[in-house]
Amino acid sequence: MEAVFYISGAIAVLSTIGVITRLNAVHALLYLVVSLIAVALVFYSLGAPFVAALEVIIYAGAIIVLFVFVIMLLNLGPQGSREERQWLSLKTWVGPAVLGVILIAELVYTFGLQPSHPAGVSVVEPQQVSIALFGPYVLGVEMASLLLLAGLVGAYHLGQRDDFRRPAQPEAEESKTGTRSDYLAHEGRALSSSTEKGAGSEIGPARLKGDEQ
Amino acid sequence: MIAAVPMAHGLILAGCLFAIGLIGVLVRRDIIFVLASIEIMLNASGLAFVVAGSRWGQPDGQIMFIFILTMAATEVSVGLALALQLHGRLRTLDIDAASKMRG
Repeated sequence: MEAVFYISGAIAVLSTIGVITRLNAVHALLYLVVSLIAVALVFYSLGAPFVAALEVIIYAGAIIVLFVFVIMLLNLGPQGSREERQWLSLKTWVGPAVLGVILIAELVYTFGLQPSHPAGVSVVEPQQVSIALFGPYVLGVEMASLLLLAGLVGAYHLGQRDDFRRPAQPEAEESKTGTRSDYLAHEGRALSSSTEKGAGSEIGPARLKGDEQ
Repeated sequence: MIAAVPMAHGLILAGCLFAIGLIGVLVRRDIIFVLASIEIMLNASGLAFVVAGSRWGQPDGQIMFIFILTMAATEVSVGLALALQLHGRLRTLDIDAASKMRG
């Protein structure tokens, strides 16, 4: 089990480096799936099987599917990775990478100074987790439900296409006059059809004719 | 059954993943990659909680991971809705294009 921890930890680090260096978003997501599954194996080797299952189901399942849906909706194609290559010059890479490597070195040094406590000696069963979740942490569960509700409302509001685009924008004015003229043309067509067919044949033309009089 | 791994090694792994995610947030300009890097960072902090919980043999670390998971799911749904809005309005995924607030 120690070997499982170290091998899957190395796979997690390597595939996470792959996530942030890919140019194509779909390739990066595949690396992200590998990284999340490796972290799930780390959880399992540390004696946390419930969380390992949740990691696979929610992270590698639901969240990655959301990413894939959005990439499919955006329909980027090859020009996306060309833009990425333009954006990723060496100048943008060097500073954050050096700072991050210094941060990693500091973390390794700091944690290396700790006396070695063994972790994962005993398995924490899902039963214990659920008892604690709905016992002392039940307030946190309620707050998580509120957070999910807020996220649902926020994503629904932000996902609307051009609803709140109309006020105070020039192109919105254009589109509004466009729809107005469309409506007028439609009305004119309806009027002409009503004069052709005669009054009272349909409800809509009859109403329009009444408005005209 | 389960052999003991030093707790420091688990925390080093979490710190490495967090720092790589941080580099990703700083370097990338595509909003999809920025969101994926934020996911990596949240996952790494959850890993630190689980390592600490398993060192004491208590379920509290796993419960914190469940809360982090909830927050990550909410954050990514709102963030991807923002990515769709950004692409719909500005025809790009560059986060620097959305540097001006209007109204």
